[in-house]
Amino acid sequence: MSSLAASASYPHRHLLGIEGLSAAEITHLIDRSELFVSQNQGADKKGGSLRGRTIINLFFENSTRTRTSFELAGKRLGGDVINMSVEYSSMKKGETLIDTAMTLNAMNPDVLCVRHPESGAVKLLSDKVNCAVINAGDGTHEHPTQALLDALTIRRRKGSLRGLVVAICGDVLHSRVARSNIALLNTMGARVRVVAPRTLLPTAIDRLGVEVFHDMKRGLADTDIVMMLRLQTERMAGSFVPSIREYYHFFGLDYAKLAVAKPDALIMHPGPMNRGVEIDSEVADDIDRSLIRQQVEMGVAVRMACLEVLAENLTTRNAAAVEAGR
Amino acid sequence: MTRVALANARLFDPATGRDTPGGLLIVDGRIADLGPALFADGVPEGAEAIDCAGRLLVPGLIDMRAQLREPGNEHQENMATASQAAVAGGITTIVCLPNTDPVIDDVALVEFVRRRGRDIGLAHIHPYAAATKGLAGKELTEMGLLAEAGAVGFTDGTRAIANAGIMRRALSYARTFDLLLVQHPEEPTLSHPGGMNEGEIATRLGLPGIPAMAEVVLLERDLRLVELTGARYHAAHLSTAGAVEAIRDAKRRGLPVTCDTAPPYFALNETAVGDYRTFAKLSPPLRSDGDRRAIVAGIADGTIDAIASDHAPHDQDSKRLPFSSAASGIIGLETLLPLVLELAHQGDVPLARALAAVTAAPAGILGLDCGRLAVGAPADLTLIDLDRPWRIAVDRFRSKSKNSPFDGRPVQGRAAMTMLGGRVVHRVAD
Repeated sequence: MSSLAASASYPHRHLLGIEGLSAAEITHLIDRSELFVSQNQGADKKGGSLRGRTIINLFFENSTRTRTSFELAGKRLGGDVINMSVEYSSMKKGETLIDTAMTLNAMNPDVLCVRHPESGAVKLLSDKVNCAVINAGDGTHEHPTQALLDALTIRRRKGSLRGLVVAICGDVLHSRVARSNIALLNTMGARVRVVAPRTLLPTAIDRLGVEVFHDMKRGLADTDIVMMLRLQTERMAGSFVPSIREYYHFFGLDYAKLAVAKPDALIMHPGPMNRGVEIDSEVADDIDRSLIRQQVEMGVAVRMACLEVLAENLTTRNAAAVEAGR
Repeated sequence: MTRVALANARLFDPATGRDTPGGLLIVDGRIADLGPALFADGVPEGAEAIDCAGRLLVPGLIDMRAQLREPGNEHQENMATASQAAVAGGITTIVCLPNTDPVIDDVALVEFVRRRGRDIGLAHIHPYAAATKGLAGKELTEMGLLAEAGAVGFTDGTRAIANAGIMRRALSYARTFDLLLVQHPEEPTLSHPGGMNEGEIATRLGLPGIPAMAEVVLLERDLRLVELTGARYHAAHLSTAGAVEAIRDAKRRGLPVTCDTAPPYFALNETAVGDYRTFAKLSPPLRSDGDRRAIVAGIADGTIDAIASDHAPHDQDSKRLPFSSAASGIIGLETLLPLVLELAHQGDVPLARALAAVTAAPAGILGLDCGRLAVGAPADLTLIDLDRPWRIAVDRFRSKSKNSPFDGRPVQGRAAMTMLGGRVVHRVAD
């Protein structure tokens, strides 16, 4: 695929969120990801399309899994990957974030993969740099590569996303994964439900194009995909939900609740899982139904595709700039 | 098959408006048939016949708010003495507050209360569970599991859920399972350290007052949170005109809101405190006569759905103290019926409305399968001697505690017989 074709299919400089992307743009990213899946399963995992490129993983929030996934993705494309962990608590907000961005910008990186505990912080940073920025999760806003890897995982098993009934269950209130997935699934023609106690749902969630349920058996009835979310137990403390045992009793995914879903319904979880809190261990480990391992695998491929597409766009832009300056 | 035939009664059912002479047949603890012509050909063979002598046969009273003090303070009351007091007062269902020791905030305690009630076998006892752990107002209880175990609603009892954020979350969480939240509407930062109604009398007595606004402010806040969350909300023991008006307005706006009051708030006013009488110290406090009249009007027009005894037994040690130090609350199980009837006798409230407030209304609010005279309903019944005059004499009460400001008050009407599931659990010798 030529770089010009790529820029035509994903004409954005950054990947800040799913919101606002078209079905064609999403499809393009997933299609590109597909190419890397088999490469990653082979013995020689290394390509060269990012040779000479510098990718900085800038994480203001701890995340071993996502950071490793981005790191592997960059290295498998032959890029130079640097991990920067910034102790958020030691950092002042606003100006200092921009200071960090300016400092990094001066080092001329090509792609920044940024995770930040505050919604919108990645967008703010992207406005200040010349390189491409990938949102690796900002606050409770978006986590676009997670939604893309979920979409790739589903598509590989179900063929298409169109018409599927997907239930997103659990702590939607604090979940950026849920927001990105709702946007993506709606754009791709799936029917989305959210299932949670009212205290774990944001206001006006129904306006995001989802059906709202507060009862697992009703919410899971005839679903194709059940996406469980991590209950952020540190936020629980008796205020959002009273206890783990109550939460598990009413909202934990076990075979009894899953029985009302379609017989071939698949289970997903962005990880890390709380076994016995939001999901029963047996269900999580059910190789016929659980896609949780595949999600992790798809994650690397999706991040490779995103890095490559953005790097290509950057080349096109630079070429265009040179052309314009001539 | 056990059959009981109640003949020659005045069938009076506030739920349906039925008021007719007739009979009622009980088969295996449930109402099998009723009507004017039921025993025209005589009482069926093999049935135990009871002659009601034309007295009023109503659904057994449901008291939706009582403190039973068990577990933890059995020297003040226990479930057995409370049950005896209840059935003597025509009450067949008691809903008890969770402010026991330990607090009813755990599944095992809900099960304990229900089992004790069943073992005693005089009246049905349903518990409310605490809305927050330990009634501390900070962390929600396991509402879903507690409801499955038999809690009929959630409340912090005699304490308001004061923190607006916690209240919002409690309502929101309760709505998930369509559970009822019951509030003691009193803003603690306004009521503390008061002991009686704020006003002229408190000023004269030199007692710190509790403004009527303490009730109104918290209630108005809650009603806005109900608007936000859509949860079922019940305000307990309203005492002020402002609160009645707030509920009236909320109902007009279609909010899922109900409320109750208790006899002292329509039968007494703040003058009862008189000479520092601690038996007239209540929470909320007895209010002005204008408030009292507004409560009566609220009952009459149905703004106030229910009347509860608000039974709060205290021993002498808790009451024989300087006014400010004395405990709040009075007993009420055995005075509920005569004081409710007083509303009708005085012509303030129609009899059917007054009795609906202690039968059909609380049953509806709590979702209980009782409170009506209907085929299939449990035969929890009260036979009322409507006009019989008597004088309230606390020393004859079954309740362990005797703290009542109504001692000596002449009243009219009492429970002549009380039946639970077709079984006579109380009967007055004529």
